[in-house]
Amino acid sequence: MDLLDQLADTFFNWEEMAKVIPSLLSVGLPNTLILAVASGILGSLLGLLLAMMGISRNAGARWVARIYTDIFRGLPAILVILVIGIGLSPIAREITGSRNPYPLGILALTLIAAAYIGEIFRSGIQSVEKGQLEASRALGFSYGSSMRLVVVPQGIRRVLPALVNQFISLLKDSSLVFMLGLAASDREIFRIGNDAMANTGNLSPLVAAGVLYLILTVPLTHFVNFIDNRLRTGRPEKKEPDDAAAPIGKGAQA
Amino acid sequence: MTEFASGSLTGKNLHLSFGHNHVLRGIDLHVEKGTTASVIGPSGSGKSTLLRVMNRLIEPDQGDILLDGRSVLKDNPDELRQRIGMVFQQFNLFPHKTVAENVTLALRKLRKLPKDQARAEALEQLDLVGLKHKADVRPANLSGGQQQRVAIARALAMKPEVMFFDEATSALDPELVKGVLALMTDLAKGGMTMVVVTHEMGFSRNVSDTVTFMDAGVVVESGPPEQIFTAPATDRLKGFLSDVL
Repeated sequence: MDLLDQLADTFFNWEEMAKVIPSLLSVGLPNTLILAVASGILGSLLGLLLAMMGISRNAGARWVARIYTDIFRGLPAILVILVIGIGLSPIAREITGSRNPYPLGILALTLIAAAYIGEIFRSGIQSVEKGQLEASRALGFSYGSSMRLVVVPQGIRRVLPALVNQFISLLKDSSLVFMLGLAASDREIFRIGNDAMANTGNLSPLVAAGVLYLILTVPLTHFVNFIDNRLRTGRPEKKEPDDAAAPIGKGAQA
Repeated sequence: MTEFASGSLTGKNLHLSFGHNHVLRGIDLHVEKGTTASVIGPSGSGKSTLLRVMNRLIEPDQGDILLDGRSVLKDNPDELRQRIGMVFQQFNLFPHKTVAENVTLALRKLRKLPKDQARAEALEQLDLVGLKHKADVRPANLSGGQQQRVAIARALAMKPEVMFFDEATSALDPELVKGVLALMTDLAKGGMTMVVVTHEMGFSRNVSDTVTFMDAGVVVESGPPEQIFTAPATDRLKGFLSDVL
C-alpha cells in the first residue's frame, strides 16, 4: 500500500464513516443542537440584559456588566466549562436528581456567550443615532419605552451578522462539553466522532463529524452574508398579511 | 387645514448650564395661542437648546414653563411632550418602520388607539402632507423633503397644542425647502401655535407673528417681524441681519 492509499484510508475510510453516521445523526446532531440552541437563546437574553446594564445611567449596573464581561470574555471556554461543570455538579445533582451534565454545560456556554453577545448588542445599541431617542422622547415615550420600541430594535438589527457569527462559534464550542464525561446517549457530534476514532484507530469518523459541523456552520456563514446584504440594501417591499388579504377594504379606504 | 387644539406657551427666565457652559441665561419667550414665534440667531446661540428645554427634553436649571397659563414643570415630562409636537433638522424618522408605522406608533402605544383607527388617523395626517400614497414604504425610500413632511405628520397626529420646529429645512436640498415651508405656513395660517427656530429669514419675516433674536444664550431683541427686520435696535441684530440677508 503506498502512502497516498494509506492517507486516504486514514481520513476517508468510507466503511468507518458509514458505521458512525447513524449515531452522528440520531444522537450527536440533536444533542449538539440542544446545547447550541439553548445556550444561544439564554445567552442572547442574558446578553441583552448585560447590554442594557452596560449603557445604563446607573454606575453600579455599568460596573457589574463591565466586570462580568471582562471575566467571561477573558477566560478560555474549556476552563469555564470544566470549573462550572465539575464545581457545580453536586448542587445540580441535588436539584435535578440527575447526573446529566447538560444543564451545567448549557449554563457554562450561556455565561460565555452572554459576555460576547452583550458586547455585540451594546455596540449596536450605541450606534443608533441620538436623534432616534430624542424623536421618540419628543413624541412622549418614556426612556424605557423609547429604548424598547425604537432604539434597541434598530441596534439589534445592525448587529445581526455579528450575532450569527457568535452562534456559529457557540455551535463549535458546544463540543467542549465532552470534557464533562457524557453517557452514551448524551454524546454530541464531536464526542461520537472521537469515540469511534479511539475505538477503530481510524480518523474517518472524526472527519465525518467535521463534515457534519460544516453542514451546520457553512449555511449559517452564508446566512450572515445574506442578512448583511439585506440590511445594506433594504428588504423588498413587504405587505402585511391582513393588507394583502383585504384588498377590498383597502380600496374602500382610498 | 383642520382646527388645532392650540394653546399658548411661555418660558420664563429659563437658565441652563452644561458644566461651566452657561447655554441659556434667563430666556423669556411667550407665544400667544394660535400664533407663530420664530427664533433666529447665530449658530451656538442656544436656539435649539431652548426648544429642548421648553418641552423638557432637557430640564432647565431655573425658570418656569407655562402651557396655557399653567406651569408644567411639576407634570410628568412624558405627558407634557405628548402635548408639544417637535420636528427636527435631521427628520429622525424611525428607519425600521414604514411611513405609516412611524405615525401610528405613538397613536397606538400612547393614545392606545386600536390598530385600524390608528391607521386611519395616520393616513389622514399623511394625506394632509400629501404623502398618503407613500404610507407603506420605508423612510429611506423618500426624499428629504418627503421625510420631513412625514415627520410633521407624525407630530401632528398626536394632536399637539404647540409645535416646535428645530431648523426643519436646514438639512434639505434647496429645491425641497419650499414644500416644507409651504406646509409650515399652512399650519401657521391654520391657527397652530408654533415656535420655529429657523435660518429662513423669508419665513420668519412673512409668516411669523413675533421674531425673537437670540445670541449667546440671551434674548437680544424681540418684536413683530417688521420691527425686527426693518428697524433693528441693537448692533448685534444689525450685524446678524447684514450677515444673513
